[in-house]
Amino acid sequence: MAALTDARGRTTAPGPGLASSWTTIARVIEHRALQYRRTFRASLFSSFGIPVLFLTAMGLGLGGYVDQNPDPSLAGLTYLQFLAPGLLAATVMQSGSFEAAFPILGGLQWNKIFHAMFATPIRALDIVLGNLAWIAIRLTMISIAFSIVVVAFGASRSPLIVVAIPAAVLTGLAFTAPIMAFTATQRTPDRFAAMFRFGITPLFLFSGTFYPIESLPGFLQPVAWISPLWHGVDLCRQLMLGTVDRDPVLAIVHVVVLGAITVAGVLAAARTFEARLVRG
Amino acid sequence: MSLDGATRPLIHARALTKRFAAFTAVDAVDFDVARGEAFGFLGPNGAGKTSTMRMIGCTSPISGGELRILDMDPRHDGPQIRARLGVVPQHDTLDNELTVRENLLIYGRYFGLTREECARRADDLLEFVQLADRGKDLVEPLSGGMKRRLTIARSLINEPDVMLLDEPTTGLDPQARHLVWDRLYRLKQRGVTLVLTTHYMDEAEQLCDRLVVMDKAKIVAEGSPQELIQRYSTKEVAEFRFAPGIQETLDGQFEGLAERVERLPDRVLLYADDGEDVVLAARDRGLHPETVLVRRSTLEDVFLRLTGRSLVE
Repeated sequence: MAALTDARGRTTAPGPGLASSWTTIARVIEHRALQYRRTFRASLFSSFGIPVLFLTAMGLGLGGYVDQNPDPSLAGLTYLQFLAPGLLAATVMQSGSFEAAFPILGGLQWNKIFHAMFATPIRALDIVLGNLAWIAIRLTMISIAFSIVVVAFGASRSPLIVVAIPAAVLTGLAFTAPIMAFTATQRTPDRFAAMFRFGITPLFLFSGTFYPIESLPGFLQPVAWISPLWHGVDLCRQLMLGTVDRDPVLAIVHVVVLGAITVAGVLAAARTFEARLVRG
Repeated sequence: MSLDGATRPLIHARALTKRFAAFTAVDAVDFDVARGEAFGFLGPNGAGKTSTMRMIGCTSPISGGELRILDMDPRHDGPQIRARLGVVPQHDTLDNELTVRENLLIYGRYFGLTREECARRADDLLEFVQLADRGKDLVEPLSGGMKRRLTIARSLINEPDVMLLDEPTTGLDPQARHLVWDRLYRLKQRGVTLVLTTHYMDEAEQLCDRLVVMDKAKIVAEGSPQELIQRYSTKEVAEFRFAPGIQETLDGQFEGLAERVERLPDRVLLYADDGEDVVLAARDRGLHPETVLVRRSTLEDVFLRLTGRSLVE
């Protein structure tokens, strides 16, 4: 056909190894954003609606009851102030997990759009990083909406709430990346139900979201310590309550743990995606 | 690209092999595809056609042998090769969350085209596959034939040197198939190199300048449709169908009637250069088939001769 050299001249040739160029990632983001336009309104509504519901029911309702007999472990905070950062991290965890499960399986198995992308110059790692970047954008939007609601409820005590947004996104990605790696090994969504029931929901309940982990029976406390969500909850809480200066080392540990899980998840996903796309 | 690229084969395979654990899907096949050619892999399901296509498409690594595409090595130059291929997979991989036109726009972006260029090409391609009036519709309600045409349009967005079509009309009704064939024929006229797999002998005869017959992971014959028919079959075939139970009682009555006799479960095929002569001779011998059909030999007969089996079971 006519403009062959033209097309050739403009094609990108990504380098070898793990290096992935921003332009290929940007194309995947552009694709996902185009898909997202159709569900934007519904998604925006739930981004604001869910924190309003939870903070009203648990923060004001349950909180009003708890605050009648304040527990010393709350250290003078209202229950709403204690709950809000934990709920932010937990909400982003759930969104990040969901986004890594069904939409990713869709691209690999249902409409197989990732296979179509794999027939272009882009590589499996580009597909992983592009989707991860898109999910990070979505989680940022969710975190911003959540933070606006928290401020509106008067539950924020520090301008560091702005830094709690990337902290919450990092918490979410620490779930997104490894779950994406798992999703690429699945052909049906059958195991997702078990993952949410026996993985995500217990973490939601036992990671210090709703009460300090010190309230748990002693033998259960180590469970919270190994929970990635606990690291996210505690980090967001330190930032949103402005108490990070009391234990900055712990905050750094949280960031390192969440970052390490994310990186390990990306490396695993690069392998499982490659294997899946090659197999067809 | 060197100047002698025009004379060298676009695709060059020697002893090309694909293994999955203990199973050999493609067993040391040799073939070359020249620029501008329409080249086919004809064979039944499971013959190794799709595995071969996926190796050419640089989405599945080769297990052995040699493969060069556009003078590049798929082991190192996968992205560079894929940039110049147009792939129509066996099952549609369209984005159901996007419109018809958006499917083309976003796909062009993966080839590094600007948005303006994508838009221009998308409009031309929608015109070409006769979907211009469906551009704003979502993909889901389209018919199977329309989805296939959209997939073909999508594969052309990067103006590829080679189109890889894996069973382009499987599952389509006859009218939709003819529409797809017509578009592929036009592309061939424009000089686009077509590589396709099919288990339909009529598709192979209509579209392919040259083809290889594949069976059980190996290439069993190679040539143009006409050459293959001349080499492996006779000019005509007389097909005899008998009332149920009769065929089994016949033994030796076909001896000497034709150059070659194939007994299928439901009919007997008699190969000769003049089918009518065979029919008359059979009547003289007192054979009374329920129906008689005299037709020209096809690639189906070639396949039967080479493998002892039909293409579509």
